[in-house]
Amino acid sequence: MTRYTPGKIVAVLLLCVLSALYAAPSALSPETRKSIEDSIPSWIPKWIVPHRAIVLGLDLQGGSHILLEVDAPDLMRAQVATLRDDVRRILREVRVTPQGGIGTLPRGVQLRVPEQADRDRLIPRLQEITQPVGGLAALGVTGASAAALTQGEGGLIQIQLTEAGMNDRVRRAVEQAIEVLRRRVDSTGTTEPSIQRQGANRIEVQVPGLQHPERLKELLGRTAKLEFRMVAEPGAVDVDSLPSRDNPGQTLPVERRVIVDGSALVDAQPSFDQQSGRPVVNFRFNVAGGQRFGQVTSESVGRALAIVLDNEVISAPTIQSPITGGSGIITGQFTVQQVNELAVLLRAGALPAKLTVIEERTVGPGLGADSIRAGTLATYVAGAFVVVFMLVSYGVFGLIANIALAVHLVLIFALMSLTGATLTLPGIAGIVLTIGTAVDSNVLIYERIREEAKAGRSILMAIDAGFQRAFATVFDSNSTMLIAAVILFFMGAGPVRGFAVVFIFGIVTTLITAITMTRMMINLWYRLFKPTRIPF
Amino acid sequence: MKLLRIVPDDTKFRFVRYRRFSYPFSAIVSIVTLVLFLTVGLNFGIDFKGGTLIELQAKAGRADIGAVRQVAATFGEGEPEVQEFGDAGGLSLRIPIQPGGEIAQAEVVRKARAALESTYEFRRVETVGPRVSGELVQSGTLGTLVAVIAVLAYLWFRFEPQLAIGAIIGTLHDIVLTVFFFLVTQIEFNMTSIAAILTIIGYSLNETVVVFDRTRELLRRYKTMPMQELLDLSINSTLSRTAMTATTTFLSLLALVIFGGPAIEGFALVMLAGIAICTYSAMYISSPVLIYLGIHGEFGRKDGVAEAVKASAETR
Repeated sequence: MTRYTPGKIVAVLLLCVLSALYAAPSALSPETRKSIEDSIPSWIPKWIVPHRAIVLGLDLQGGSHILLEVDAPDLMRAQVATLRDDVRRILREVRVTPQGGIGTLPRGVQLRVPEQADRDRLIPRLQEITQPVGGLAALGVTGASAAALTQGEGGLIQIQLTEAGMNDRVRRAVEQAIEVLRRRVDSTGTTEPSIQRQGANRIEVQVPGLQHPERLKELLGRTAKLEFRMVAEPGAVDVDSLPSRDNPGQTLPVERRVIVDGSALVDAQPSFDQQSGRPVVNFRFNVAGGQRFGQVTSESVGRALAIVLDNEVISAPTIQSPITGGSGIITGQFTVQQVNELAVLLRAGALPAKLTVIEERTVGPGLGADSIRAGTLATYVAGAFVVVFMLVSYGVFGLIANIALAVHLVLIFALMSLTGATLTLPGIAGIVLTIGTAVDSNVLIYERIREEAKAGRSILMAIDAGFQRAFATVFDSNSTMLIAAVILFFMGAGPVRGFAVVFIFGIVTTLITAITMTRMMINLWYRLFKPTRIPF
Repeated sequence: MKLLRIVPDDTKFRFVRYRRFSYPFSAIVSIVTLVLFLTVGLNFGIDFKGGTLIELQAKAGRADIGAVRQVAATFGEGEPEVQEFGDAGGLSLRIPIQPGGEIAQAEVVRKARAALESTYEFRRVETVGPRVSGELVQSGTLGTLVAVIAVLAYLWFRFEPQLAIGAIIGTLHDIVLTVFFFLVTQIEFNMTSIAAILTIIGYSLNETVVVFDRTRELLRRYKTMPMQELLDLSINSTLSRTAMTATTTFLSLLALVIFGGPAIEGFALVMLAGIAICTYSAMYISSPVLIYLGIHGEFGRKDGVAEAVKASAETR
């Protein structure tokens, strides 16, 4: 008979105690957990002291999961527009007028300069923007060259954005967007939002326990690009026709040149207009923005200024007097809630590109609570079924298997608390299923012991042979389950991954509880009662 | 105290004989599965089809399914599916992918909230765009394939080729029958269903491996026992374990079906069917495969089919 050294027995008992300790915080109130966490001295790594509860998935605690994607074509259009502006600026500086203006390509611009002398002056300057530094560096492109310049017949010059430059830009846009989104979500006062990059061009936002998911979605999806431009006078060139917010269906001609944009804002607060009493947004520029705004408004008294938000004119007041104080108000037909949101958006800054919601999953807190209740009940009932069934089938050995099963469940909970794995509704299903399958290893071993005893072996020999021979089968059958579970973990997302985690933990811990622990308990039982035959 | 035994000791059922019935039966079911798959099709959820799913709970009394159906038709393009769901007063709404893209899809949810929020609690709102659903189909299919291949590789290393082939035929059979169950019951097929199928793959192998471990052991012990007899002995001697495990797993899943709530009911039902399918196939599908494949050299036996045919020809 295999003897266990005291060291081994102590190790297994210690494992039980530790797992019970790590699983315990889930049963405590959040306040108690917090106070335990706060009382941990700083020189001890936090995870050593059990204080963490199992993290519940959004499907159990209620909340929103929103997957956003950076609109790459939109970003490309913006890049091309900037490229155009740069080229136009350089043309002005070197005083070259291209034949037929600047043409737009899908991912760049082209122009025709027939004179060799003009080209000699122009090309070196244009090459600046294709360099990793200079020109486009202001757009945040580093490393790979952002654009490539090619020359063709008859003085044709083409500048096109490179693949590498574009990818780099998307990557940076995602990073910037995450920052902006974090500020926006934080401003709503939600607790513990999680905002993460996913893949090359996606952002996953998870917000637990939200009352108004639609408001959140509005907040996340808005680009919030604020621009101050002049309303164009008749006959002006470089004019955009933008829709007007106050008069739906109508458009307003607005100069393409941007005087100041939202990035020059240092603050924005909701307020009320002192004269009309209508809700407005008060804003303040930084120094450079304030100076520029003051200068342009002094030159243009009497003309109309267009306040453009996301390519829509929200209002177009006439400049009565120069605005040099570095602050101003945005008027328009707003409700109180709208100015609140606008102020939040302006404070958080504009997104570097349009974001599209490509997936949304929202679970109300009521459903989450119901799911926890139903899952817990199912777990208890399944546990009761299996415990009773094992008892009536195997007697003392059934009792031993049940103790092993209880430890097995505690181990799963402890592992989940320790690793911070998320418990989801499919995860609860996994726990229930594990209750059914965990005893399989015990059953395999017990049936084998029984066979060996029937074949005429003594009780000790039968137990030994049973464990030995069943081991290969137990190992095989758990390995095949493990393969399926690991693949599910890597492939699945969200709730389904929660199922895989529980299953993987369940399989790993079975090997400890069903083999080592069960065997120790059987040894103990043998030494205490000196039985002469197998009790089942 | 008298303890319970589901299976009496020393059973001598002649399982593999029934392959005459089990093989044609499973073949017919497989063909029916293929026909149903092509004609009726799986009831794909929004995970794979895209669209919007909304679960509602009436704030007071019963849900007025007719009224909701009528107002749901105005939310967007395409026919909305409205069904009773879960307890009294619960409804589920499925609205297909909108032609206007993500913005039109968001508009659907906004309209639904505006129209129904006063009388219904919005318990769940899920929207999956066409690109995400396409990717989920891809990763779901890929995951299932990778699982089958990984398991095949494991069996190849761990078992003799014939046993591995038997196990893999059993596993494929179980996947087909599980799909059959999905087709007949029209239970929604979503990401959780893929989890169910992968778990069933694991369980199926588990069952087969337990029998085959015994087969391998007996092959070493009884060099001359005819293959059919030896397979029957393998199944009979593991029968009480099979019955015990099937019962405990079945009881757990039954608890999940009854008490686990509507969100998990589909998964539990499929798993329940899966347990029955796996238990059946380990006895009647995977094991008899060995009769056809035969077991050569490794165990010092010569009773492959080819040899058997040759031997009978020689005696004649």
